[in-house]
Amino acid sequence: PSYFIFFSFQQRIEIHKLRQGDNLILGFSIGGGIDQDPTQNPFSEDKTDKGIYVTRVTEGGPAEVAGLQIGDKIMQVNGWDMTMVTHDQARKRLTKRNEEVVRLLVTRQSLQKAVQQSMMS
Amino acid sequence: KIESLKVTVDFLKVPLGLKKPPLKEALAAVPGPGRPKPLGVERHKPRCSDTMDNESQYSGYSYKSGHSRSSRKHRDRRDRHRSKSRDGSRGDKSVTIQAPGEPLLDNESTRGDERDDNWGETTTVVTGTSEHSISHDDITRITKDMEDSAHLDCSRHLGVLLAGALALFAFLTPLAFMLLPQLLWREELEPCGTPCEGLFISVAFKLLILLLGSWALFFRRPKAFFPRVFVFRALLMVLIFLLVVSYWLFYGVRILDSRDRNYQGVVQYAVSLVDALLFVHYLAVVLLELRQLQPQFTLKAVRSADGASRFYNVGHLSIQRAAVWILENYYHDFPVYNPALLNLPKSVLSKKMSGFKVYSLGEENTTNNSTGQSRAVIAAAARRRDNSHNEYYYEEAEHERRVRKRRARLVVAVEEAFTHIKRLQEEDQKNPREIMDPREAAQAIFASMARAMQKYLRTTKQQPYHTMESILQHLEFCITHDMTPKVRGGHGERYLTAGPTIQYHKDRWLAKQWTLVSEEPVTNGLKDGVVFVLKRQDFSLVVSTKKIPFFKLSEEFVDPKSHKFVMRLQSETSV
Repeated sequence: PSYFIFFSFQQRIEIHKLRQGDNLILGFSIGGGIDQDPTQNPFSEDKTDKGIYVTRVTEGGPAEVAGLQIGDKIMQVNGWDMTMVTHDQARKRLTKRNEEVVRLLVTRQSLQKAVQQSMMS
Repeated sequence: KIESLKVTVDFLKVPLGLKKPPLKEALAAVPGPGRPKPLGVERHKPRCSDTMDNESQYSGYSYKSGHSRSSRKHRDRRDRHRSKSRDGSRGDKSVTIQAPGEPLLDNESTRGDERDDNWGETTTVVTGTSEHSISHDDITRITKDMEDSAHLDCSRHLGVLLAGALALFAFLTPLAFMLLPQLLWREELEPCGTPCEGLFISVAFKLLILLLGSWALFFRRPKAFFPRVFVFRALLMVLIFLLVVSYWLFYGVRILDSRDRNYQGVVQYAVSLVDALLFVHYLAVVLLELRQLQPQFTLKAVRSADGASRFYNVGHLSIQRAAVWILENYYHDFPVYNPALLNLPKSVLSKKMSGFKVYSLGEENTTNNSTGQSRAVIAAAARRRDNSHNEYYYEEAEHERRVRKRRARLVVAVEEAFTHIKRLQEEDQKNPREIMDPREAAQAIFASMARAMQKYLRTTKQQPYHTMESILQHLEFCITHDMTPKVRGGHGERYLTAGPTIQYHKDRWLAKQWTLVSEEPVTNGLKDGVVFVLKRQDFSLVVSTKKIPFFKLSEEFVDPKSHKFVMRLQSETSV
């Protein structure tokens, strides 16, 4: 017999920004923030969670290359906390003009199929 | 002779640098005698008056018949002079606000001279009984007698007369100024036509205005007798006196002596005096009436017996005026003092009677052990498991239930009673024998609800406050004004809850018994942190002062166009 385990793990992701014209882009979209409505967040398990979530990842962009996935919750950006920020503050922290590299600490929920090892052996 | 009840006397604390023994001030504090003439005094109260009224008048102090009138007067005059020469008193601890006619123990007045030894102390002496003490009923009877009879109060009269004389003097002075040249050297005067007539008219009207203003401001019944000089009034009187005297001085020297011919100048001089008097009157209005209007302090008055408290906002007042203000508000704000309601029911307290006995084994050093013993007893008593709170709770609940039941019976009885009468309509044809006036109507229906009423009052321990007469009067009142049974019967708040003291009969007011106890001289102004106590026989009102905080208001401009709103949705930003 096998069953599903729902768990979350943290991952560090380093994204190198891509220059497009005058802007540096990261290639994903964020949603959430303490000034937003958390009940509309499709990715969060706890509907009162006001954290910043990744809502879209553009194909072939720097974020996808670095391993960011849709539904990830961003906990830190370059050491700055992102769990208690407004939407706009989060955007600002990600799009600082003088930073070429952003290091994110993200939390991802995974659905794993766990096989009972003991049964097998 | 009539003996007195009670006196609170404090001896003076010696102020630093004051050479003269404050004993004299203590004498000043001790009053004069007698009772004031009730109405006569108020009628001709003059313009910058009442100073003397508010001076150290302890009219209540009577004294033994051994004292002669002359010595008394002499002492009073000396005291008054002394207290007037000093603005306010220093270091007096406790003074009595007494309405006239209140008898007090007279120990102090006789022992005045022996106080020399004690003038350095600060002690509060409350002499509750002397060999002349009498029962409470006698006292109330005596008080009533005194209110009815008109006694002559020499010292208070003296004060009023003095103020009146001064006012009259000031009033007539301009007229004298203008008349004297006419009388004395009429032939030599230069003729003075239109300007003089104009000035005459203006003088006449200004004097009239002054008269009306003084009447409005000063001709009032005093609402209380203050223990000490009312500083502002004394100040004003002195000011007027100086003003008038200086005017006379110049007049005498410049005009009378030299026989000035210029009559217009003389008339103008008189007009200037009238103007100056009008300005002094303005000063009086500002000092006496306006200054205290803007609230500066919050006074908290707490009744010591049951903790009822109220807050009041007052302006700049002296302690004695603030005390009178508090008393005025006390009578309509505080629920009437009902001593029967204060104590825990006996059943609750009786359990506590059994105490602990402490035996000391070993040596007999008694001095150390006494405190140790009492501490041990207290600690042991505290530790003992005691269920008196339970008793109290159940007793209270039971009482509540009983009161509610009785109240329900009362309300029903009253409602029913009032269905029996109705107002006579004009078109009804009724036998004249059946028509009643409100009093008879009240009596007619009283019988049916008397029993329920009596039971209710007994349960709420209010029966001393409502005599049958007062109930009948209230019924009559309600019937006359067509009030609903809620007011009449449940008797609205009148019987169901204890109302403020002033709605009860005068006997309950006990307005003459208040004593002001204060650590600072009572003519000092209120300051932050001043505490004074208004004592009565059975409880006291503790009043503490707090300054109203200084508010720093800052302005923030909000552009009406800046009120914008957005929907709170999940927004998505691409980075």
